[in-house]
Amino acid sequence: MEYITLTEADQLIPLMVFMIIGSIVALEIKDMLSSVIAIGAVGVGVTISFLILKAPDLAITQLVVEILCLILLVRATIKREMYFPRKHVDYLRIISALVLIFVFLVFSYAALRGLPQFGMPIMKVASEYISRGIRETGATNMVASIILDYRGYDTLIEASILFTAVLGVSVVLRAVGRIRNEKS
Amino acid sequence: MIYFLCLVFFCVGLYGILVKRNLIKIIIGMSILDYSVNLFLVLTGYRMGGRAPIYDKTQEVKNMVDPIPQALVLTAIVIGLAVLALMIAIAVRLYEKYGTYDITEIRKLRG
Amino acid sequence: MTLIVKEVTRLTVGLIFLFGIYIMLHGHLTPGGGFAGGVIIALSFIHMVLAYGGDFASRKMNRQAATFMESLGGLMFLLLALLGLIITGVFFLNFLPHGTPFELKSAGIIPLCNIAICIKVGAGLYLVFILLTTFRPGGDE
Repeated sequence: MEYITLTEADQLIPLMVFMIIGSIVALEIKDMLSSVIAIGAVGVGVTISFLILKAPDLAITQLVVEILCLILLVRATIKREMYFPRKHVDYLRIISALVLIFVFLVFSYAALRGLPQFGMPIMKVASEYISRGIRETGATNMVASIILDYRGYDTLIEASILFTAVLGVSVVLRAVGRIRNEKS
Repeated sequence: MIYFLCLVFFCVGLYGILVKRNLIKIIIGMSILDYSVNLFLVLTGYRMGGRAPIYDKTQEVKNMVDPIPQALVLTAIVIGLAVLALMIAIAVRLYEKYGTYDITEIRKLRG
Repeated sequence: MTLIVKEVTRLTVGLIFLFGIYIMLHGHLTPGGGFAGGVIIALSFIHMVLAYGGDFASRKMNRQAATFMESLGGLMFLLLALLGLIITGVFFLNFLPHGTPFELKSAGIIPLCNIAICIKVGAGLYLVFILLTTFRPGGDE
């Protein structure tokens, strides 16, 4: 028996088809819990894609972030009334959205010719980072040395973004006692 | 070809934001958009026959994949989670105030 | 929650916490880093809250402690960046000695930055979860 070796493109295409079908299911299904589970499956598909594309850092982070995202979504949808009576179907909205998506896909197919071919990136800056990385920073994980030494500003601003998001959540979910006291 | 499939994935999320009436479906659509953009960025940095960008003690790693898109996407994943948390907080608040997740109803009951 | 869930949680929560610390500390040697380690530590606390209820969690780490830890992590990161400015005159320079590769104590300020980010992300995400689940505006749930 001879082994069949698949290139990365052959491994990725069925996975992407699975993700597209999973996301369509997540958007169209009526039951809320099923759609949350479907988006969880899409996230795990993205994790496997990151593993195929040789990015282990991202795979670990995406998996645990996906778990947390599922917990938050279940919190938002449990015990909430979800039955929407079938009102008039808004055809204008659906038709205009589909026209927009079709025009976007046509133009993007023409624009994707300009990208370098899949598998042969132009690595001008990255080759500099790789050749000088271990001598200048001393870290053997290239991604960690990029996010914390060469591009440390991005991480600093990202920490402040996270702080702002947590601040926003704590402001939005404040207790409403004060507003009721003001109204009465 | 793979890039085009990734953009079709992007368009599914876009469709979810534009057409759906349920607020949770809109949030799920935005999450799908996030996944597709991260995947697209990592796809541009892949090298055929490359290895993960981590040095090894026992062997010499010659051709690595591009580590810069991975560094950008690493923070983008966590930022996507933070934005999702804020959106869900706003959605929970809206449900407490209006009693429904339907955006056409929320537009009608003003105040 | 039932008894099985509580017993299994009591056995595994410490292991998940330890795994998160491992992923964070070896961030400059193996894949992982501060972000993944921080999210895993937040998940271990959330696991405890889900099994035992919110009242038990408010004894271990309540809202004030979580905000304090998050601010501490952010300030530590900023302090590390400013120390580069004070000591050498360049903002956010890697001023500690590089050491030999493949060791735990190498790569300058990168492990310290990983610790700061882990504390910040872990405490921040745990705080978001606590705020979302104990939200009672009078008549909820």
